[in-house]
Amino acid sequence: MASGDMAASGAGVEDNYLTHSHGFKSWFFTLDHKRIGLMYLVSILTAFFLGGVFALLVRTELLTPGKTIMDAETYNRMFTLHGAAMIFLFIIPGIPAALGNFVLPIMLGAKDVAFPRLNLFSYHLYVAGAIFALASIAMGGVDTGWTFYTPYSTTTNSHVIAMTLGAFILGFSSIFTGLNFIVTIHKLRPAGMTWFKMPLFLWALYGTAIIQVLATPVLGITLLLLIVERALGVGIFDPALGGDPVLYQHFFWFYSHPAVYIMILPGMGIISELVSVFSRKHIFGYKFIAYSSIAIAVLGFLVWGHHMFTSGQSAMMNMIFSALTFSVAIPSAIKVFNWLATMYKGAIHLDTPMLYALSFIFLFGIGGLTGLFLGALAVDVHLHDTYFIVAHFHYTMMGGTVIAFLGGLHYWWPKMFGRMYNETLGRIACLIIFVGFNTTFFTQFIMGSHGMPRRYYNYVPQFTPYHRLSTWGSYLMAVGFFLMAGYLLHSLFRGRKAPVNPWGSATLEWQTSSPPPHDNFPEAPAVGDPYDFSNLEYDPSLPGYRRRGGPKA
Amino acid sequence: MSFELGMMAAAGETGGSFWMPPEISTSAAGVDWIFYFIFWISLFFFLLIVGLMTYFVVRYRRPKGVEAEGAPSHNMVLEVTWSVIPLILVIVIFYLGFKGFMDLFTSPQNAYEVLVTGQKWKWLFQYPNGYVDENLHVPVDVPVRLVMSSEDVIHSLYIPAFRVKRDVVPGRYTKAWFQATQAGDYQIFCAEYCGKSHSDMLAKVVVEKPGDFEKWLEKASNFLDTMPPAEAGARLYKTRGCAQCHSIDGTSGIGPTFKGVFGETVVMVGGAKVAVDENYLRESINEPQVRVVAGYQPVMPTFKGRLKDKEITAIIEYIKSLER
Repeated sequence: MASGDMAASGAGVEDNYLTHSHGFKSWFFTLDHKRIGLMYLVSILTAFFLGGVFALLVRTELLTPGKTIMDAETYNRMFTLHGAAMIFLFIIPGIPAALGNFVLPIMLGAKDVAFPRLNLFSYHLYVAGAIFALASIAMGGVDTGWTFYTPYSTTTNSHVIAMTLGAFILGFSSIFTGLNFIVTIHKLRPAGMTWFKMPLFLWALYGTAIIQVLATPVLGITLLLLIVERALGVGIFDPALGGDPVLYQHFFWFYSHPAVYIMILPGMGIISELVSVFSRKHIFGYKFIAYSSIAIAVLGFLVWGHHMFTSGQSAMMNMIFSALTFSVAIPSAIKVFNWLATMYKGAIHLDTPMLYALSFIFLFGIGGLTGLFLGALAVDVHLHDTYFIVAHFHYTMMGGTVIAFLGGLHYWWPKMFGRMYNETLGRIACLIIFVGFNTTFFTQFIMGSHGMPRRYYNYVPQFTPYHRLSTWGSYLMAVGFFLMAGYLLHSLFRGRKAPVNPWGSATLEWQTSSPPPHDNFPEAPAVGDPYDFSNLEYDPSLPGYRRRGGPKA
Repeated sequence: MSFELGMMAAAGETGGSFWMPPEISTSAAGVDWIFYFIFWISLFFFLLIVGLMTYFVVRYRRPKGVEAEGAPSHNMVLEVTWSVIPLILVIVIFYLGFKGFMDLFTSPQNAYEVLVTGQKWKWLFQYPNGYVDENLHVPVDVPVRLVMSSEDVIHSLYIPAFRVKRDVVPGRYTKAWFQATQAGDYQIFCAEYCGKSHSDMLAKVVVEKPGDFEKWLEKASNFLDTMPPAEAGARLYKTRGCAQCHSIDGTSGIGPTFKGVFGETVVMVGGAKVAVDENYLRESINEPQVRVVAGYQPVMPTFKGRLKDKEITAIIEYIKSLER
């Protein structure tokens, strides 16, 4: 059995990207996209852990009205840090920079990204940005909320400048990653890899990259203006200095709404891969899914005003932004229906990644549909800035993006590390997270529609039972995440060696060894339909898939 | 768990539905109707999606090694159908939402106007006769327009029972309106994060029965004649701006605290010592720059002409009542 495994993982004992060279420098200054992806992965998971700890502290404080474990000023810092760490350090770089960096060139059949040095530079910028963010936390934190609304953010005495500088630098990291991916997809496709032979994950990353390049500079400029106002007293947003506070909101959401598609689009891309592979069936409506990614990327630029329906902007603007907002619903709906049609008459295997894909469809379904309430003007006026919003964006961002990220992580884990994790524990952790998530956030829809405002340290006693249930749910989720951390770390040392193609995928990264060699492929891979599984057959001795008619292990 | 759910059902409010608080304004029923319209459509599609997903998982789950029986990988008619049906539905939802919003947005000409000021961290409501209160009293069945502005950062006035919310922005005026349908007390929240005591920036809307509102306003406006002076002073302390600089708990703000100051001997800028009595306090209100307590800047504006003698007396009595 052991020798069979060795053969199955191809060049496993020989040279692979993990063993190619040694020492701190060979990692921190590497130009290998796979190592950069892995460093991103470690970094973003650290940020996710920190953001998670902040979240648990926030939820614990909300167990009772008034003071539970901390005072109001600490609480305000906690929810700000939770948001800032999760958004800027985890979820935006999450799928593109960590999984995307690792997978994109291999999926494409390329040796690396187009600009390996720029890729490394974007990681170093990420580290620099993270240091600024950590410095602001060390100095006492920020209490503005992750949105930094003026004039509160220009007048509070917390450490706004360090945090916004951090976000500014992280923005450039994101722009460079996007730029790199666009050029890579345009220029490094090997012979035979036409646009419509590309896996849908790459279409999603391409759409994401367009947003990263076009929207992020606006965030940079906005945060810079904020710093100028705060440090030099130039009146841009503060009415006391002759500025306009609502202008800040326009600038901010001009980036930050497209940014939510930076978060969700690559997640949708992962789900397209998972649903097809684990249904053993060609993805349904390939072109509709591919174009819907681009449609979402474009339409996402035109809807920022829906964050400001109660801000005092004109009724005309509200009407236009509401109409445009609903247009985004269509490409999202198309994707969901196509995934379902892919499952129809498939041969469905409920491995851990597929359980995440199914969780995604359930949770993102709720997240997307509750968006309809918020797009409808009259209803949004009531729900704006309540826990209904908090629940809605956690269903899309966490139930959507994070769940997709976890699905992708479990899917590509054997390729990244050459080891299999414990499948049973994987399924159990997924179930715990699913139940914990719904307990935490579904209650928030109900208290939100009953009028519980967000960012509240204290609350009227009427909401106590909801808050308590929500907090218990968050503890349950934490249990699931710790279990996952346990079996994933365990697999690195004790996990069964991964075969070349454990899931039977037809995309190119599964044609090379697990983990891949330094140059990705020993010889140029054969490009084919990324969703044609007819050439693959299951070999229980691996256990995994191999080319039909290929040599037995 | 069942205990928690039981508490939820009993939680706080009377009236209202599973998803919505009681409907106390003329707009509330319309908003709720749209909410539930979207809710049933969403529930239908959610059950459709999850139902199909579950059915496919059960029906087509296969052991490893078994391949799919296969089905077409595209179908134009199907694709167009499930693009167009959601499109039609969202157009309908957009229209309903927009129409409902215009009702919330456009206040009737004859509305009763109340001026609202938001500041860290309280609400002030000023009635047409100039009287300022910390809670919003309104007559039932009369349209009321709020003209709102902020003294510092952005706030947002939110009355869940009326389905009304509007940001309160410094440097500009925003408006909201409603017509209450039932007498009673209802919660006002600040919905836009504004710092340390954001979650305590609360007030009540008191909807008065027909005829009671005028009586209340007259009595409240004459509180100087009807209330004990110290109590009247406490109200003026909050509504006329003293509280922004002078604490009542002993902490030092932009100005000295009021707590225990009466009867003390205090050192002034320049070294003179002054016993704080009624006349010193009166002088400090009318001509605050004349004798400033050591350690503070001479930044207080004069209240000469802005406070009536009776009001000054009330404030002095209030300060006297704040013993160390």
